[in-house]
Amino acid sequence: MNPASPTPRRTLCTPPVPASLFPYNPGSLLSVMDLSLDALSALLRRATELESMDPLVRDRLLAKRRVALLFYESSTRTRTSFELAAKSLGADTTLVSSLSSSIEKGETLKDTGLTLRALGAEAIILRHNASGAPWLLEQETRLPVLNAGDGMHEHPTQALLDLRTMLAHLRPGIESVDAETLAGVTVMIVGDILHSRVARSNMLLLPRLGAKVLLCGPKELLPDLAAVSAPGVAIERDFEAALRQSQVVMMLRIQAERLAGMQLDLNEYKANYQLTGQRLAAHAPRGLVLHPGPIIRGLELTAGVADGPQSAILEQVHNGVAIRMAVVERALTAALQGGRA
Amino acid sequence: MTALVIRGGQLIDPAAGVDGLRDVLLKDGRVAEIAAPGKLKSANGAEVLDATGLVVAPGLVDMHVHLREPGQAHKETIATGTAAAAAGGFTAVAAMPNTSPVNDSPEITRWMQAPERAAMVRVFPIAAATRGSKGETINDYAALKSAGAVAVSDDGLPILKDSVMREVLAAAARVGLSVIQHAEDTRLTHFAGGAASMNLGSTSFKLGLRGWPAEAESGIVERDIRLVTELRDARPHLHVAHTSTAAAMAAVRQARRSGLRVTCEVAPHHFLLTDEHVGLYKSNAKMCPPLRSAADRDAMIEAILDGIVDAIATDHAPHAVHEKEVEFEYAPNGIIGLETALGLCLHWLHREWKLPLGRVLSLLSAQPAALLGLKGRGTLAVGSFADVVVFDPNAEWTYCATEGKSKSRNTPFDGFAMQGKVRWTINEGRVAYNAESL
Repeated sequence: MNPASPTPRRTLCTPPVPASLFPYNPGSLLSVMDLSLDALSALLRRATELESMDPLVRDRLLAKRRVALLFYESSTRTRTSFELAAKSLGADTTLVSSLSSSIEKGETLKDTGLTLRALGAEAIILRHNASGAPWLLEQETRLPVLNAGDGMHEHPTQALLDLRTMLAHLRPGIESVDAETLAGVTVMIVGDILHSRVARSNMLLLPRLGAKVLLCGPKELLPDLAAVSAPGVAIERDFEAALRQSQVVMMLRIQAERLAGMQLDLNEYKANYQLTGQRLAAHAPRGLVLHPGPIIRGLELTAGVADGPQSAILEQVHNGVAIRMAVVERALTAALQGGRA
Repeated sequence: MTALVIRGGQLIDPAAGVDGLRDVLLKDGRVAEIAAPGKLKSANGAEVLDATGLVVAPGLVDMHVHLREPGQAHKETIATGTAAAAAGGFTAVAAMPNTSPVNDSPEITRWMQAPERAAMVRVFPIAAATRGSKGETINDYAALKSAGAVAVSDDGLPILKDSVMREVLAAAARVGLSVIQHAEDTRLTHFAGGAASMNLGSTSFKLGLRGWPAEAESGIVERDIRLVTELRDARPHLHVAHTSTAAAMAAVRQARRSGLRVTCEVAPHHFLLTDEHVGLYKSNAKMCPPLRSAADRDAMIEAILDGIVDAIATDHAPHAVHEKEVEFEYAPNGIIGLETALGLCLHWLHREWKLPLGRVLSLLSAQPAALLGLKGRGTLAVGSFADVVVFDPNAEWTYCATEGKSKSRNTPFDGFAMQGKVRWTINEGRVAYNAESL
C-alpha cells in the first residue's frame, strides 16, 4: 500500500482505563492515595489520642489480635516502630523475614500470604523490594495490608509521620487537615528521588494539603519526568536556590543498593547537594530538616546538621510509633466500622 | 474427502477483489468453485453450511505466535494453541522459535509440524536466526527452509550485533526468507538490578518500575534499516515484529518511501492500550515490548489506517496463571491474543475507526500470508487452500478469558466488548472450529 505521510491526528475513541478495585480491604493502607483528607485527619487525631492514652488502657484495644510483619528487606525504624505500635495496642506480632523463612526456599508471596492468613494473621505489614508487591498480597489474601515500603514505589506511613512532624512545627495544634492546611509551604526533597518510595509518597500527599513540593537532585537521580508524575510538584536543580524557597528540607539517602551499575561521582554529589551547616545558615536559616533515615553522616548531610537545632530527624522516628498505632488500629477495626468493603 | 458448500454468505476476499454474496464449494482441501447464490455447478452431495447473514473470508493468518512446544507444555501445546487459533478464526499461525530447546534445527522444525502434534490449523515454524538464539552463529537457512521454516527470527531477543545482523539479512535473502527482528536494544532495557518491566515514562516513574525507553526499539529498527540499505542489491526483507513506538514506525515509514523491503506488524494491544492500562501492577498487562504512551498508541492507529502497517499479529504468548501471579517485576512477559484479535479488530478498527472490513481482513490474512510467502493462503480464489473463516460481523459479545481454548488465561482484554463472532473455521476443507458444537 501507499506509504503516504501521516494524516492529521484524528480524535479517536479508545478503550478507557478501568477504575482500580484497590484496596479490597477497607483496613488496608497501600498508598497515601487510599486516604481521603477526612480519613487522614482521623488518623492524625487518633495518633495523638493513642499516644497520650494510659498504656494499660491502650494495651486492651487490640488485645490478642494477630498481626504479621512480613519483611523482604532489612529495616530498623519501620519494623521496630510497627512492632512497638502493634504491641502497645495489645496485639500479638510475628515477624517473618525473607532470610529466615520458606521464602528462601522459593515460596511465592501469594503462598506466604495465604500461609500467614491460615495461621490466623488478621493483618499483614509488608516491606518488599518489588514495587507493587502489597497490591498483589492484598489481592490474594484480601486481608488488611499495610505497605511498609514497596521497592521504589511508596512508603505511606513514612509520609504520614513526616506530615505529623511538619504540622507540629509549622501548624502547631492542627490535626484536621484540608486542601489549604499547608498552603504557602514549600517542601523540598533532595537527592535520590528516582529510587525513593519516601519521595513518591510525599509527592502524592503534600500537594493535596496545599503544599508545593520542590524536587532537587542531579539528572541521574531525578529524571525530568518526575515533575509531570504528580500535580503540585516542580524541579529545582540548584540546591541553594531550592533552599531559599523552602520551609522544609527533606534529605534522602543515596540508595547504593538500587543504583545498579549507575555511575555517580559522590564527591561531585556532595559538592552540589550535601546539606552543610553553612548552606543551611546562609539559605534556609529557619528551615526544618527532615530525613527518613537511615542517614549517612558526611554524605547527604553533615553530622552537624543531623544533630543541629533545625533537625527533626529523631522526632520523625518518634512520630512513627504514634502514626503506626493509628494505622494498625484502623487495619483491624475498619471492617467492623463498615468501611469501603 | 467430503465436499463442503458454504451457502448464502457474503464473500469478502480482498486479495481477489471480491465482496458480494457467493456460494463457495470446498473439495479435497481446496476451493473448488465460487458462484452466485444457488448457482454452484458441482455441489451435489456436499455437506452444506448455511452462512446466510454471515461473512465468509479467507482464514486468518497470525504471523507471530508462541505455541510453547517443545518444552513448555504447561503454558500451551501445539494442540491447545491451534485450538485457540481456530476459535479465533485463524487457519494458519507462524510459531516463534523461542521454545525449549530453541527451534534452530530442521529436526525441531519438522517435529512441530508432525501429525502427532494434533494441530487444529496449519503451523508454520519460524526458525531461529542464530544458534540457540544467542545472536552469534548463523543457522543453515537452506536446510531450515526445506524443513518448512517460513522465516527466521530470534524473537524474544534481538539480533544485536551489527555484523551478525548483516550476515543474517544477507543469508536469509539468498534463500528467500524474511528476517523478523525483535527490536529491543537490551543494553537499554536490562540493568544490573533487573530488566525494565514497563514503558519508560511518567507512569513507570509513578509506579516505581524500571522503564523500557522507546529508543531501545527505534534504535534497532533504524540500525536494521541502515543494514538493509547497504545490502539493497541483495533485496533482503526485514520485518519488524510487534512495532510499538512512534519513532520505530516513523523509521519504517521512511524506509518504505525509499523503496526498501521493510515491513512491520502491530499487535492489538499496542494499538488499543497504553501504559496506563498496567493499572496497579496488572501482570496481565506486561509484555515485551511493553504497552506504550498514548502518543505511541495513536501512532500505531494512524499507521494502520494509513496502510503503513502490513499485518496485525497477536504475539500470542501464553503463561500459566501461577507464573503471572507474582510481583509485577518478576512476572514473565507476554499475553495471549488468538481468541480476541478478530473481535477487537472489528470493534475498534472497523466499527470505531471506520477501516473498511476488507482492509481489516486483509491485515489479518492476505497481507501476512504474502509476507511469509504462504502460497494459496490468505485468499479464497479457486484453487487456493480451503482455509475459511465464517463469522457474524454484527454479533457483539463480551470476552471471558476463562472460557477460552488456550491453556493460559493471561490477557488484559478479559471483559472487553468484542464485535464479530466466529461461526466456523475451516482448515484445508476440515471444520476446525464450530461455534455450535461446543
